[in-house]
Amino acid sequence: MNLISLALMIEMPTIVVLVKQVPDTNAKIAVQGDRVDLSSVKMEMSPYDSFAIETALRHKEAAGGTVTALTIGAAGTEKILKDAKAMGVDNIVRAWDDSWGELDSNALQSVLKESIESLGADTVYCGKSAADTGAGSTGPGLAERLGWSNASNVIGAEFSTDVTVSMPVESGVAKISVPLPAVISCDKGDFKPRKANVKGIMMAKKAQVELMTATAPASSVVVSNHSMPAAKPAGKTFEGGSSASQVVQLLRDEANVL
Amino acid sequence: MTNMIVIAELTKGNVNPSTAELVSAAKAMGGDVTVVVPCTDASIADGVSSYDGVSKVIAVKSDVFAGNDSSGWATALDSAIPAGTILCLATARSKDVGSRLAARRGLSIVQDVVSIEGSNLTSPIYSGKANQTVSVSGDAVVSVRANVFPAVASGSSNEVSVVDASGDVKTAVQEVMHRASARLDVSEANIIISGGRGMGSPANFTHLEAVADTIGAAVGASRAAVDTWDEIPHSMQVGQTGKTVNPNLYIAVGISGAIQHLAGMRSSKYIVAINKDADAPIFQHADYGIVATWEEALPVFQDALSNLLG
Repeated sequence: MNLISLALMIEMPTIVVLVKQVPDTNAKIAVQGDRVDLSSVKMEMSPYDSFAIETALRHKEAAGGTVTALTIGAAGTEKILKDAKAMGVDNIVRAWDDSWGELDSNALQSVLKESIESLGADTVYCGKSAADTGAGSTGPGLAERLGWSNASNVIGAEFSTDVTVSMPVESGVAKISVPLPAVISCDKGDFKPRKANVKGIMMAKKAQVELMTATAPASSVVVSNHSMPAAKPAGKTFEGGSSASQVVQLLRDEANVL
Repeated sequence: MTNMIVIAELTKGNVNPSTAELVSAAKAMGGDVTVVVPCTDASIADGVSSYDGVSKVIAVKSDVFAGNDSSGWATALDSAIPAGTILCLATARSKDVGSRLAARRGLSIVQDVVSIEGSNLTSPIYSGKANQTVSVSGDAVVSVRANVFPAVASGSSNEVSVVDASGDVKTAVQEVMHRASARLDVSEANIIISGGRGMGSPANFTHLEAVADTIGAAVGASRAAVDTWDEIPHSMQVGQTGKTVNPNLYIAVGISGAIQHLAGMRSSKYIVAINKDADAPIFQHADYGIVATWEEALPVFQDALSNLLG
């Protein structure tokens, strides 16, 4: 029996990890005019996406198959795909069309659905949210469009014919079996993202980014402006530990929060 | 005029009081407000029937609402609620269910809204380092942060119609490891006391726990503390790569106020900072700052709280 028929027989997963480029989470953000000015801000992969990559690589190590990192973005976003490649994903893909501009969640998820289908994936990992909007809509929204199961805010996973995830629920942490195909959104949890080694970085340099495109419906949600949050009025500062009792009194009498 | 549909938030099987905030958010967008109560027992909708400004209450009864599967929730709700703009609370579960509902109906979703002017919705981005205002045309799904909009008054007596629904549940819970302590999670607490690396060791978090138990607070931590000490789990982390919180009172102890941390807690109503370094950035965001070591300040703080509340 050759390897291909063996692979078909035991149904190895075809895994896609969604990655997004965002501003460095340690960066200061400033607004120029009515838009955030990111011209001098370092861009990086959204931190939760590295947990998604780690989980995807562990899934492949347990069950075989392939891992493809997919981003939606203009050419300037390819560095995060190279970073994903250096961590160990097999393929890197960027979907884009110059007509897209800012996609709302409906348009973005439509593009992702089409891309995932043409990649033939049955398992998608992504960060629980991207560190720019923090919305967290993509995982569950994409799952619904594909008719797949999903789990969000996942902090651990075990792999067999399905994926058993750990996720926080009202009363604690639940172990939940998620049948494939599925979209799994990852939080920072049990898995520490692996560091790229020299060999990985060398391979990433040479790796080709595969390009694809899709059809995006018109956006019905349009960004009209960005603004800085209102500055807080200066508070009261006290010296020395004994002032703590005064602060407790103020919390009761002035702030009314106790 | 479009239909505004509010999905009541469920907490431990009952309607969360922030549902009344969702009604005023819906009214700020304009339109006729219907409140939908997901439930296994329709009697929990009784409290909602007294909300002012509501034209209809629908209790959607299904077994799926006893579980956590977002597909089950979304399909059951979708079958029972009319077309319109849908509002839900920006909690982990409702953001998930809302995303599925939006996708199911081919709508867009706007998450974490904190301000509404008609069809212009504002949400924090970069964990609160800036705000983003979007304009929405047509129907959408909108998740709204708790503790931001005023709750509508009660006094009305709206009729409750009960609809039975079934949903497409895709995942199965195998087991739940219950939280060892009865203490609240930072994402659901009205008061949070958090420690940073300035606490010196994870063992010293017991002093924060003692204060927390006195005032019914949750205990949180900075990223520095979570990354330094294995004993401090990520579930406690407040900040841009942890949880974003907006409690009534946030007490930061031994936390310098890195931009990452500030992003996750700056929208707290009142902030108390205890830090020995008078130049720590956290003091610029504190309503009440105490320049002292935690060893000096916390026992006094604890005693004063016990005297006041005990």
